[in-house]
Amino acid sequence: MKARVHVMLKTGVLDPQGEAVRHSLGAMGFEGVGAVRQGKIIELDLADGTTEATVAEMCEKLLANTVIESYQIEMVA
Amino acid sequence: MKAAVIVFPGSNCDRDMAVALRAAGADVQMVWHKDAGLPDGVDLVAVPGGFSFGDYLRCGAIAAQSPVCQAVVAHVERGGYALGVCNGFQVLTETGLLPGALMRNAGLKFVCKTQGLRVETSASDFTAGYNAGDVVQFPIAHHDGNYFADAEVLAALRDQDRIAFSYDGNPNGSQADIAGILSENRRVLGMMPHPERAVDTAHGGTDGQAMFRGLVGMLANA
Repeated sequence: MKARVHVMLKTGVLDPQGEAVRHSLGAMGFEGVGAVRQGKIIELDLADGTTEATVAEMCEKLLANTVIESYQIEMVA
Repeated sequence: MKAAVIVFPGSNCDRDMAVALRAAGADVQMVWHKDAGLPDGVDLVAVPGGFSFGDYLRCGAIAAQSPVCQAVVAHVERGGYALGVCNGFQVLTETGLLPGALMRNAGLKFVCKTQGLRVETSASDFTAGYNAGDVVQFPIAHHDGNYFADAEVLAALRDQDRIAFSYDGNPNGSQADIAGILSENRRVLGMMPHPERAVDTAHGGTDGQAMFRGLVGMLANA
């Protein structure tokens, strides 16, 4: 089984990289891009039977820094 | 006075830190990240700058999970002293020993220069050798030094006089111009600038000497 973890900066935390991407898109002529937020996706190959709670523990302890980041777990069969 | 300097794969200021501590009179031992414990009788643990584990995942995140970091946390919980510089500051925030987080610099560029810092408090064993309001010159060299903490933490840092150094001209977008902060018991200091690179006239400046001499002197007499 697999899990996919999406890690994003929390709302309200300024994302300098997303902001630079937004700038660049504007400079390339793409109009109407209001905001860009950049995050990461972490894919985990897991032993069968691993629970979402265990993945949440991994997120809390290592995969995300909850001071600045939020995470979402997607369990993939 | 005994000091331990932690060495991770990718540390690159560990020897500079050891030289600065020895010059101030400390007995220094290097400790590899896989070691489960610290040498007996260590007074101060220094977590040096560098790019531990290649800055993978987040700066300092992997290092914070290494066996020796559990020993560092236990040392601090017993009332021991710890100094984290640059990547070491990032490691200390990732362990939770210091609040907040270090994000990518607001200008997105790696900043490498001599930076003016204002000493915000002399009420700590790290900064007792300075006067509050002094402006000192320390080198900075980082890509992720943009200090972030929520409003509640920032208010606590201010109210408890725990901002040790602030930037004189913010180079990285840090909130409240914060360059270094103290723990609640004032025995842990984390800072992005490098005092260990300002302790010899050959460095181009010696403003860092007062920190090492003050700290080592105090711990030697304790």
